[in-house]
Amino acid sequence: MSEVILELDAVVKKFDDNEVLKGISLQLHRHEVVCLIGASGSGKSTLLRCVNLLETIDQGTITLFGQSLNDPRIDPDQVRRHTGMVFQSFNLFPHLSVLENVLVGPVRALKRKRSDVVDEAMHLLERIGLSDRAKEFPERLSGGQQQRVAIARSLAMKPALLLLDEVTSALDPSLVGEVLDLLRDLATSGTTMLIATHEMNFARDVAHQVAYLDGGVLVEQGAPDQLFTNPQHDSTRLFLERVR
Amino acid sequence: MSNITDESVSEERPSFFVPRRKQLLVGRRGIVASTLSVVIFLGGLVAVFYLAPGGAAVRRFYFDRHDMWEAFVGNHNAGLSSVGIGIFTNIWVFLVSEVFILIFGLTIAWTRMSKSPVLLPFRILATIYSDIFRGIPVLLVFFLVGFGLPPLGIAVVSYQSVAVYGCVALTLTYSAYVAEVFRAGIYSVPHGQLLAARSLGLTNATTMRRVILPQAVRTVIPPLLNDFISLQKDTALLSLLGVIEAVNAGTIYQDTKFNSSGLVVASLLFLAMTVPLTRFTDGLIARDRKRRLASS
Repeated sequence: MSEVILELDAVVKKFDDNEVLKGISLQLHRHEVVCLIGASGSGKSTLLRCVNLLETIDQGTITLFGQSLNDPRIDPDQVRRHTGMVFQSFNLFPHLSVLENVLVGPVRALKRKRSDVVDEAMHLLERIGLSDRAKEFPERLSGGQQQRVAIARSLAMKPALLLLDEVTSALDPSLVGEVLDLLRDLATSGTTMLIATHEMNFARDVAHQVAYLDGGVLVEQGAPDQLFTNPQHDSTRLFLERVR
Repeated sequence: MSNITDESVSEERPSFFVPRRKQLLVGRRGIVASTLSVVIFLGGLVAVFYLAPGGAAVRRFYFDRHDMWEAFVGNHNAGLSSVGIGIFTNIWVFLVSEVFILIFGLTIAWTRMSKSPVLLPFRILATIYSDIFRGIPVLLVFFLVGFGLPPLGIAVVSYQSVAVYGCVALTLTYSAYVAEVFRAGIYSVPHGQLLAARSLGLTNATTMRRVILPQAVRTVIPPLLNDFISLQKDTALLSLLGVIEAVNAGTIYQDTKFNSSGLVVASLLFLAMTVPLTRFTDGLIARDRKRRLASS
């Protein structure tokens, strides 16, 4: 197995008295896809946000490329420039065109020259099949198209790690496919991804590892074949039966 | 066809035409109707004005054509200032204050919303500032600044023209309001926008400038416009510091000639200032809406 990129060790996150993550430990290798499954409120999203420093953890350590994110000398902006994040609700910038949405990261965060990045951005839009919509504003696009643009916006930063937070949950069933196809495409080309998802078939196809979370506890983790066909814990079995 | 016997099923052919008595309002006739309605309504108002028992006296006192003109152009020999020239003082004071208010207002809003520990004292200061200047009547701020600063004898600060003190007073008061408008606008941008921008690695300042503010401005324009209309009118308070602007010129005319037509002229000039501003802003909003809804 290749190098460990991300390591969570006994991570605890509380919102006031409510413990949302109760000592989660997890590893992610380069080129690996790990899917987080579990009911809503099980802590999947919070875990992703902690990795991107959108939330600060209360105990434990998160190590990214050998550097502890707890270290006060860590610059969150630098961390985020190397870890892309895609949200359930797309969160595209409505006042910017599709192309500008993709450009904003490289130009405004990495301070690269616009003219140098435009070609790359157009290439990304081609990859997601939306190069003809480059000049349009997000609200003219369907949900699936918006989410694909949001993914392209993250990819424009050339992230070492992509965090995806239930990216198909806000989509029409007929639009889920196009987004999952894009993620499959990314997985094949070796993008390292940590994916919170409710799409079990997708997780089964794409993930190298699947982790089941319940009430802030990582109950069980394993290769998809093993976890889906032969879950070791009752709560995992119950969950899988319910979502089927 | 089966024979329908159920009485609840209607056998009538429905008619979709507008009833005859309402046909006056349809199509091109609608324009006639609306013109007629305007004429009758305004005509009614004018009729009340003309037929009221004291109508003639009020017209003479407020709407005398000769007095209105004399107040507008002024009469140098009689020591009467021109309302028409005075309004330019209101205009430049408004324009200068407006620029400073936008800058200070945004700075205060930004400071109040900042999170950096270094800025803590400024955060407290900004909050106190907002509380104080929203709490003191503008009139008092005018007096405090206009009559308070000159006796201090501080270089530059104490030796400005009265109109400048007016600008200072207006800026102090309105910045506090405008800061709150900005803050509300900034908070109105969905939290997901902030998360998305920060997750791209944009700094706090860049996120503000490139993502949050451009979106906040759209929601902020109407309330901001309200404040600016109010600001235009409050430039009249300059008269209390002795600046001869439009209202003061009108008052001087009134005190000399016992006729208030000059004040009506000032009102009309204020209207001429505010109405284009509202029209312009509406146009701006419409254009932005169209641009975003139109396909590329």
